[in-house]
Amino acid sequence: MMSAILPDLGKYAMPVLASYGSGLILLIGLVCVSVWQGRKAKAALDAVESKDQSDA
Amino acid sequence: MSLWKYANPVKFLHLSERVLPTLWVLSIACVATGLVWGFFFTPDDFRQGSTVKIIYLHVPSALMAINAWFMMLLASLIWLVRRHHVSALAAKAAAPVGVVMTVIALVTGALWGQPMWGTWWAWDPRLTSFLILFLFYLGYMALWAAIEDPDSAADLTSVLCLVGSVFAVLSRYAVNFWNQGLHQGTSIPVATGERSVADVFFVPLVIAMIGFGLLFLALVFYRTGTEIRLRRTKALLAREART
Repeated sequence: MMSAILPDLGKYAMPVLASYGSGLILLIGLVCVSVWQGRKAKAALDAVESKDQSDA
Repeated sequence: MSLWKYANPVKFLHLSERVLPTLWVLSIACVATGLVWGFFFTPDDFRQGSTVKIIYLHVPSALMAINAWFMMLLASLIWLVRRHHVSALAAKAAAPVGVVMTVIALVTGALWGQPMWGTWWAWDPRLTSFLILFLFYLGYMALWAAIEDPDSAADLTSVLCLVGSVFAVLSRYAVNFWNQGLHQGTSIPVATGERSVADVFFVPLVIAMIGFGLLFLALVFYRTGTEIRLRRTKALLAREART
């Protein structure tokens, strides 16, 4: 099944697949962590600002 | 219209909210197109076989690892000269992106080097300066985390960024003035335009490079927004604690 999808990489299949695997994991991980941190920061600021406004 | 108006955090957040959707879409489209095209639809190289497909990850990530540091250098200089907080936060936000790009370049370089050079690593000028650049990234991030006062942290990390720029320059130009080592020279010399890469490899490579550049921009915009919000939250909490 996999060999039908993947191009024939010959004897260098391991380094090529490992490069794409590790590279994509790092890129996707970076985007996911950035978005998660961004959402957390936004929620924290919204909570503090709404508390600030209700106190005023 | 002055560029400096975006040194205002509120205006910067409004700008990033406007440009980010387009940047995300374009960057993901270009990265996906470059990588899919490179992996599935390019032939093997007559000498390097299928390992040539690693170029679509290795070159764009190495390019952005160095350019990220130059962007941090520019932002640090703006902080040191004009004291705009957004520029210091943009430099801070770019560092994790730069470090990930450096790791991708180092890992894919090792995986490419093993079958082609017969070794995972060599103390070659370009590889060594790249490893030192990686250590500078770690040091830069550690320094930000270690200093509580944000202005002092921005000052000290800006100085570290200036020092580390030597290695960013070395990473790019080491092969030009150190005529030794395993790493080949640049395949796409911008100054002369005499590239040694055939069109069949060059087109997807350029698309991937544009994609990585746009992804870097999107991540820096987004992460700078996160840093601005974190600082604002901290300031509001500190004000609340005083009253």
